[in-house]
Amino acid sequence: MKKIINAPADVVTDALRGMAAAHPDRLRVHLQPDFVTRVDAPVSDKVAVVSGGGSGHEPLHVGFVGSGMLDAAVPGAVFTSPTPDAVQAAVREVDGGAGTLLVVKNYTGDVLNFETAAELTEAENIGVRTVVVQDDVAVQDSTNTAGRRGVGGTVLLEKIVGAAAARGHDLASCHEIAERVSAGVRSMGMALTAPTVPHVGEPSFELADYEMEIGVGIHAEPGRERVELESADRIVRRLLEPILEDLPFREGDEVLLFTNSMGGTPPTELYLAHGVAERFLAERGVRVTRRLVGPYITSLEMQGMSFTLLKLDDELRQLWDAPVNTPALTW
Amino acid sequence: MSCTAREVTAAVRRGAEVMSAHRDELVELDRAIGDGDHGENMDRGFRAVVAQLELAEPATPGAVLKLVATTLISSVGGASGPLFGTAFLRAASTAGDAESLDGTALAASLRAGVDGVVARGKAEPEDKTMIDALLPAVRAAEESAGRGGEPAGTLSAAAEAAEVGARSTVPLVARKGRASYLGDRSAGHLDPGARSVALLLAAFADVEGAE
Repeated sequence: MKKIINAPADVVTDALRGMAAAHPDRLRVHLQPDFVTRVDAPVSDKVAVVSGGGSGHEPLHVGFVGSGMLDAAVPGAVFTSPTPDAVQAAVREVDGGAGTLLVVKNYTGDVLNFETAAELTEAENIGVRTVVVQDDVAVQDSTNTAGRRGVGGTVLLEKIVGAAAARGHDLASCHEIAERVSAGVRSMGMALTAPTVPHVGEPSFELADYEMEIGVGIHAEPGRERVELESADRIVRRLLEPILEDLPFREGDEVLLFTNSMGGTPPTELYLAHGVAERFLAERGVRVTRRLVGPYITSLEMQGMSFTLLKLDDELRQLWDAPVNTPALTW
Repeated sequence: MSCTAREVTAAVRRGAEVMSAHRDELVELDRAIGDGDHGENMDRGFRAVVAQLELAEPATPGAVLKLVATTLISSVGGASGPLFGTAFLRAASTAGDAESLDGTALAASLRAGVDGVVARGKAEPEDKTMIDALLPAVRAAEESAGRGGEPAGTLSAAAEAAEVGARSTVPLVARKGRASYLGDRSAGHLDPGARSVALLLAAFADVEGAE
């Protein structure tokens, strides 16, 4: 394992200290329990939007804390959900009296810990609603399992619902918008290499030089299949076809296309893939009107990428365009 | 003979030693079908439990179990934190304020803990989870207690059944948790959660047997 760290056990705390140093104008970092809030929290009478999950996916979620997006993010240990008391502490810190919306990726640990946190918080008379993001089409056997994983759609949902809260929507309305985003967003990813979790010290899976994993999760969970490496054209098709089939997105639909690096894939390859995807979608009559390209939900240094498509309507497009000021997303 | 707060505390400490000793093994098992954090998380949680036990000396078995529960919930994270935490919390409620637990009370606590895990995790037998070790364990504990077994015997019976139950997860295809995303590829691997249950119960039985 080659990493720029001190001790594996201190990685998350040390990184949070660095974030505090890097963004004193935007963030306040709290340690033990660990969570990050926007510097001006709580914003009174505004619905607070709080998310969290295992570390190692940065900038998700801590990089999206700031005006127009998250009021707080709660990072767990690497690839491990945060504990309920940390979530509860974050909610207490940012609730401005209008209630809190919890954004949870559909992973068993995240769901269980946030569920427990919601129960604890409600007992303190803070209104809490939860949206569970489950956009990964790679996992199909959703009827009797834990369901689909929540991946790239989380980034888009956090931006849009953060804008809705900033505009003064109440908790029920923010929750409705979040559910609408959740219903209209689909993702699929792939990997060329595995990440190495610092406290494990070895790659999360073995992948031969000529292989790739299709449908990989953001914790490097293997996906649908392992196949020989192919051209970018074919890889893009392998990812987008299941996405288009799933919702389905129809000819004439307006979408946001999010092309995401899993952390180790450089901009050259990411833009290359994005270009292929734009052509692929144009040929099928799907209108891409908004884009996001970059490493926004990652799996440490894993090489690979994912696509996320979100069906847009006028309101969702306006909320996407609304100002945002966070370390990782700003316009 | 029945077990008091002192014995339950000793059992928990022994559990922490075992989690620490098997940390890497659990990491490896989880790496095969999950994300590799299970051993690290359980070790961190039980280290925190031991640290809490240094600060407080709970007076009843129920109080010890409750301390374990709240510490695990606030220090483990992942799915294991709420699941193992819930197990100890329900077991603590059932133990109540009793000064000591006989075999029957112990089995009842174990039953409450297992029911809590089932309710929280919504997993069923053969989903390839800790349930596959817990359910046989509680049944064995109840049988042993029903025959008038003492705590040591009850826990030994539970530990043996948990071990067999954990091994039974090897051929299964996971239907819950992160391993479920692997589909058929999860078959052929021991479930790390079930392994932890077996290890913990064996550690608890070990202490009770030595008393």
